[in-house]
Amino acid sequence: MMELSKRELSSRVKLIAIQTDKFKTSMLGLTFLEPLSQKTASENAILPSLLRRGTQEHPDMLAMSAALDDLYGGVLEPMVRKKGETQCFGFVGSFLDDAYIQEDSKVLESAIDLMAELVLRPAGDGKGFIEAYLDSEKENLIHRIRGRINDKQQYAVYRLTSQMCQNEAYGIDKYGEEAQVKEITNQGLWSHYQSLLETAPILLYYCGPAPISRVEAAVREALAPLLCGEGSKSQKEVEPRSSKPQEPRYFTDNMDVMQGKLVLGFRLDSPKLAPRDAAVLQVFNALYGGSSNSKLFLNVRERLSLCYYANSNVDKQKGILLVSSGIAFDQYEKARDEILAQLEDCRKGNISEEELLSARSFVMNNLRLTEDAQGRLEDFWLGQSVAGCDDDPAAILSATESVTKEDVQNLAKNLWLDSVYFLQGKEGKTP
Amino acid sequence: MIRTHYEPIQETVLTETLENGLKIFIFPKEGYSKNFAFFATNYGGMDTRFFYDRAWRDTPMGVAHFLEHKMFDTKDGNALQILSANGASPNAFTGAAITGYYFEGTEGFQENLETLLSFVSEPYFTKESVDKEQGIIGQEIQMIEDNPNWQVYMRLMAALYQEYPVRNSVAGSQESIAQITEETLYQCHAAFYHPSNMVLCVAGDVNPKHVFDAAKKILPKEGKGRIARDYGKPERPRVHEKDTTLAMEVSTPIFQLGVKLIPPEDGRERLRQKLLGELVCETWMGTSSPLYAKLYEEGLINQSFFCGYEAYPGASFLIAGGESRDPAALREAILSEAERLAKEGVDETLFSRLKKAVYGNQVRSLNSFEYLCVEQARAYFAEEDLWIFPQMYDTILKEDVEKALHDWVDQERTALSVITPKGAGE
Repeated sequence: MMELSKRELSSRVKLIAIQTDKFKTSMLGLTFLEPLSQKTASENAILPSLLRRGTQEHPDMLAMSAALDDLYGGVLEPMVRKKGETQCFGFVGSFLDDAYIQEDSKVLESAIDLMAELVLRPAGDGKGFIEAYLDSEKENLIHRIRGRINDKQQYAVYRLTSQMCQNEAYGIDKYGEEAQVKEITNQGLWSHYQSLLETAPILLYYCGPAPISRVEAAVREALAPLLCGEGSKSQKEVEPRSSKPQEPRYFTDNMDVMQGKLVLGFRLDSPKLAPRDAAVLQVFNALYGGSSNSKLFLNVRERLSLCYYANSNVDKQKGILLVSSGIAFDQYEKARDEILAQLEDCRKGNISEEELLSARSFVMNNLRLTEDAQGRLEDFWLGQSVAGCDDDPAAILSATESVTKEDVQNLAKNLWLDSVYFLQGKEGKTP
Repeated sequence: MIRTHYEPIQETVLTETLENGLKIFIFPKEGYSKNFAFFATNYGGMDTRFFYDRAWRDTPMGVAHFLEHKMFDTKDGNALQILSANGASPNAFTGAAITGYYFEGTEGFQENLETLLSFVSEPYFTKESVDKEQGIIGQEIQMIEDNPNWQVYMRLMAALYQEYPVRNSVAGSQESIAQITEETLYQCHAAFYHPSNMVLCVAGDVNPKHVFDAAKKILPKEGKGRIARDYGKPERPRVHEKDTTLAMEVSTPIFQLGVKLIPPEDGRERLRQKLLGELVCETWMGTSSPLYAKLYEEGLINQSFFCGYEAYPGASFLIAGGESRDPAALREAILSEAERLAKEGVDETLFSRLKKAVYGNQVRSLNSFEYLCVEQARAYFAEEDLWIFPQMYDTILKEDVEKALHDWVDQERTALSVITPKGAGE
């Protein structure tokens, strides 16, 4: 009841379409995939919100909202994501399936047309963006960048990543930085966008009940101008990272907060992962800190009561693992040492059969759940496209099944601690 | 077993009431490998004073949430680990009026369901494990108190209500949780975790009979009926405080604006107030409204803006929030727009478009098993028949929205909560 189809509509535009009648809505996506770079990160990040302000046919927010309301509360959201060292930006939409609508209508075609309008026919004179829209979206993006500090957990991760990967594309935030936003000019952005339209790799995504031929026909018609350009399609290599430091680097910030945020950044010795290694990394992550059966959960939280959360997360594209925990300020050393001791345990092979089974089944369960959730599935395929990997969840599932204790142990031996970050209270303040 | 089919939303719901009083709802989902089970008690952070075993009981703030953490402990180990080892993703949450335990999985459904029913119904607390949990929950409280979105919401509740317990934190405070002992936990479990105060909701490709049988086998044979709770004196219509402000480490002011409503007694009327409330918000300041476009263009709001209707037992309110460089000016703009709409009327075309959009959004939510199960549980506790919303929408007219804007909104019933950035060097 689920049919997957991948089609190259041109040398740089790919369509991934999944036909299924599981959902009451269709999901649509149009995403530009560009290498993260200091120069263009903010320009790319502002585009979806700016384009969303209006089109030739629907020149302002009211007209745009009216068009979406007419499609039964359709949604077309600007999206900016970072996958490894690729910046992914564009639109993700969700529309009601025709089956839930009494009158005769073609929501799918109208929705695809609307998305095409956003990308191909921005409001204005055809030579630049509307100045007022650009100004206000610059302002919004600056607020968003400054707003990083509002969520302390994410802020700590951002601070660690940007310092640990200071000379790598990975250290660049998906929104870029305030100074770059301020430098954006209408002419510069317009010509940057025109070149994206001609050369950038684009992933189109559909998941819903419509036959794939109907989706492809609608997309080909609405997005025809995108399909004629040749595209540069330069495959970017993962940048070499800064050389392995002798000792871990330590970073701190002070803020007037109640709880300290600790983040440890680890790297894999060989960041370029074969598909099977990616499965090993996921299993290791579940076993070490990615699940409620993990060593970090059971020891840092349950046994030592040091925290409410101590999680690990991996970026398989970059071969980086981050451990993140919220702790009392005076527990910094104890928590850090325990997090490292648990890794040491994995390296020594202190991994029980139950731990391994449970980690594997956690990863496998997540993969199965992916197939039943539209949003997760979209993000999954975006990740696969970035990685240049064609495996579907079922293929990863079977790779996961064969992960052994030795695989996990070897992976742990290949991980090394690069940097430690601690967000602590104001100087001299005791909690 | 009763089978009800809701044609407009194409959902079927199977319901069963066991002899012990437990209500069970099943959403059959053919062809899905995913399954979801949600087991909840009509007990939350608000329920600190209640009548049980012939007396009124006063308990510290945060017991319901503390219980939620401790229920996972069983004689044979931790249920969280047992469920995840069996391939399910388990979790739990505590709200002001509900505590729910659930898992999402793809295999071993029956076994996981039995684990869920057992660990939630069989308490196992020790002094040692309760002491240990103080540390974990203590850090959870520190974490949420650093969260500006949580602060702005809690402070809004405290501004809207004089006494009503939704103004207290569900997790309690460092001081209140320090008073919780294993005896407190056992007593509250006995009072609230019995079948007639609970509900089980399941979505997936499951055999209903197996679900009913598991519940009959594992749960106590008798329930204890309704538990009376004391939520304090009836609230007056006007707000407790019109303004409340706190400085935190944030980049830009974060605000929430609340309009206090009078919740209807009758379940059907409450559902109607909810649907009407959502339509009022959308018409007044939703993303398609003229006000939203104006405020966005003036830079008074950004994409973080939201608005909607919320209700707890005995309380309901409209809420709008997000980031704004000038929350006070925003409040004025929002209130004068309500006045204008009540006087001049709502645009007919806009209104019929919005009805479509709000309906579409409701149907979209039904994709989620979690949404189906959790909303069903809340609606059951609130005595509402949630899935008739498409029919009820049809009865709401433009005039109803205009009248609601006129009757509901004024300065006396509105409170503004703001988190302001801490000045540098403070």
